[in-house]
Amino acid sequence: MIGGQEMFALDDLARLFNLAVREDAAAGGLTVTSGSQTIVLSPQQPLASVAGRMISLPAAPIKDGRAWYVPVDFVSRALAPISTTKIDLRKPSRLVIVGDVRMPRVAARVEPLGSLTRVTLDVAPSTPHTVTQEGTHLSVKFDADALDAADIRATPTTDTLQNIRAGDAPQVITIDLGPRFASFRAADQPAPGGATRIVIDLVTQTETPAPGAPQPGPGGVQLPPPNVPNLPEPPPLLDLPPTGGLRTIVIDAGHGGDDMGAKGAKGTLEKNVTMSVARRLKGSLEARLGVRVLLTRDGDQAVAPDQRAALANNNKADLFISLHANASVRPGVSGAEVFYLNLEGYGDQGQRASQAAAEALPVVGGGSREIEITPWEMAQARYIGESAIFAKAMEAALRARVPMSTRALQQAPFRVLVGANMPAVLVEMGFLTNAQQEQQLASDDHQNLMVQALVDGILRYRAAGTGGTR
Amino acid sequence: MTRRQGAIAALAIFGLIAGWLLFVGLPRWYGARQAPGAAAAGAAPAAPAAAVRKITATLFYVSEDGMSLTQVQREVPFGATAAEQARAIVEAQLAPAPPLVSAVPPDVKVRDVFITERGDAFVDLSGEITAKHPGGSLDEIFTVYTIVNALTVNLPAITRVQILVDGKEVDTLAGHVDLRHPLAKSLDWVLHDTH
Repeated sequence: MIGGQEMFALDDLARLFNLAVREDAAAGGLTVTSGSQTIVLSPQQPLASVAGRMISLPAAPIKDGRAWYVPVDFVSRALAPISTTKIDLRKPSRLVIVGDVRMPRVAARVEPLGSLTRVTLDVAPSTPHTVTQEGTHLSVKFDADALDAADIRATPTTDTLQNIRAGDAPQVITIDLGPRFASFRAADQPAPGGATRIVIDLVTQTETPAPGAPQPGPGGVQLPPPNVPNLPEPPPLLDLPPTGGLRTIVIDAGHGGDDMGAKGAKGTLEKNVTMSVARRLKGSLEARLGVRVLLTRDGDQAVAPDQRAALANNNKADLFISLHANASVRPGVSGAEVFYLNLEGYGDQGQRASQAAAEALPVVGGGSREIEITPWEMAQARYIGESAIFAKAMEAALRARVPMSTRALQQAPFRVLVGANMPAVLVEMGFLTNAQQEQQLASDDHQNLMVQALVDGILRYRAAGTGGTR
Repeated sequence: MTRRQGAIAALAIFGLIAGWLLFVGLPRWYGARQAPGAAAAGAAPAAPAAAVRKITATLFYVSEDGMSLTQVQREVPFGATAAEQARAIVEAQLAPAPPLVSAVPPDVKVRDVFITERGDAFVDLSGEITAKHPGGSLDEIFTVYTIVNALTVNLPAITRVQILVDGKEVDTLAGHVDLRHPLAKSLDWVLHDTH
């Protein structure tokens, strides 16, 4: 700080940005060269010529002994325009970001609202993130190299919130929970200027649970009651409003093109049934949930299994649902089935992928970032638990509306599921080899019934409240 | 020619004919009739040994209700090596066995079976396994684990099985079960009572 101005030593900038600084004693000026571009500074003048264009500075360069000092705005106004590397000066945070470092600004606001505390995080630019509960705190983890969290300061304390602070990892904001925290729900809202507003409601317990009563599990998921009799019911989380965490759902119409899938005795083809139900489901989900729905195919074409999962992964889908119709050598077999991935078939590779520990990698500008390394083709390994919850919700919803097989909920090493980087299930809607079911699966009424059941399954899963947003 | 000379000549001709019959004609005729029997007799010591050398193996078929695989004990030819035994078991598994219903489509042939030092068996099957597969995930699971379990249950040296089709690695048989890796035994799909 010199004369009320924050200044940088020009020598420091020269070392950092590989600048050549030449003092023209005769003219009393300074020439700063970066590559083939030149900046000319004049002592006593708050101006600079940057590649022939004049810019203003908040103060003139100052010479102290043999060292020259320039205002911090010199970086953004003079250096940044001529640099081949992206330079971002963030004065409030006292940061200079060099290169393509993803470092969103995060600001927090807290509002006590009766039975809940609302935490609002404004994130600019919009950055993918997840909100998960880890013991007595929530972690908001961003897909970024680091966070500019200068605007996160001391926050009011409530029953459900103790503090909001920078997390242990550079891309994490930690919300310390208060003693009466019961559950949370998280939702995203678009904000002006390409920013995102994350609204996290911390819900207060309606009554103090008895000692030993089950607590909500990680991610706000209500755990099944333990096998201990005479314990009070856990807090009723399922009747809370939805978490709003679902934004994109990918529906995979099984088979297609030359791959016709199963075939009924009357000629009903699996590929046509799956396509028809997928289209109906897309319309229903868009209308009822307001979510973005993508289909892995929109006509009768063959799609490779990797392409199906890749569409979901590349669009950061929150759920992946593969639709199929079944077949059996025994014509009497009937009923719907829900599958999620079984890692046992993948042996050691599956186990390694599911238990991959985070590795700390160095980040430009210092520090390190923890990255969980999972092979692309085994992406589903990280979501087996969540997929199981989704599959159970789907099975329960289907059971309420359509006939189920005696193997209604199963695990199998299914090709189309293993690469999905989100909770994923495969639904066999019925057996085309059963005469009655072939007739049902081909009918509008039954397809609509199936769609209602599938939507219910997604709603049940959402109501269970994983709290995760991607 | 005197009568005496004529009698000697007739006797000589009779002798020649009798000699030919005794030493050439009869052995040829007898040999021709006995040859098949003699050949069979010559092979007899080896044939019964090969025919009786069998092992009892557990094979897998679709249950009555269509929701599981059932285990059935069957005699299959003995194989001198692990690969030969594996091939014999798979061939027995693929053979029609009415009234049992197989999850493997008809007319599938074994092209080759080989086993790695790690205990991974590669079973190369003919294209009918995909071309004639009826589809459906449950039946595909049954087809795959019929073959995987037939080898892993009967041959402890085999821990995992990968199915190849026409000599090539395949993604799936009918669009569901991931066949890009060898699969371990799974009895989740098997009824535990044996027949």
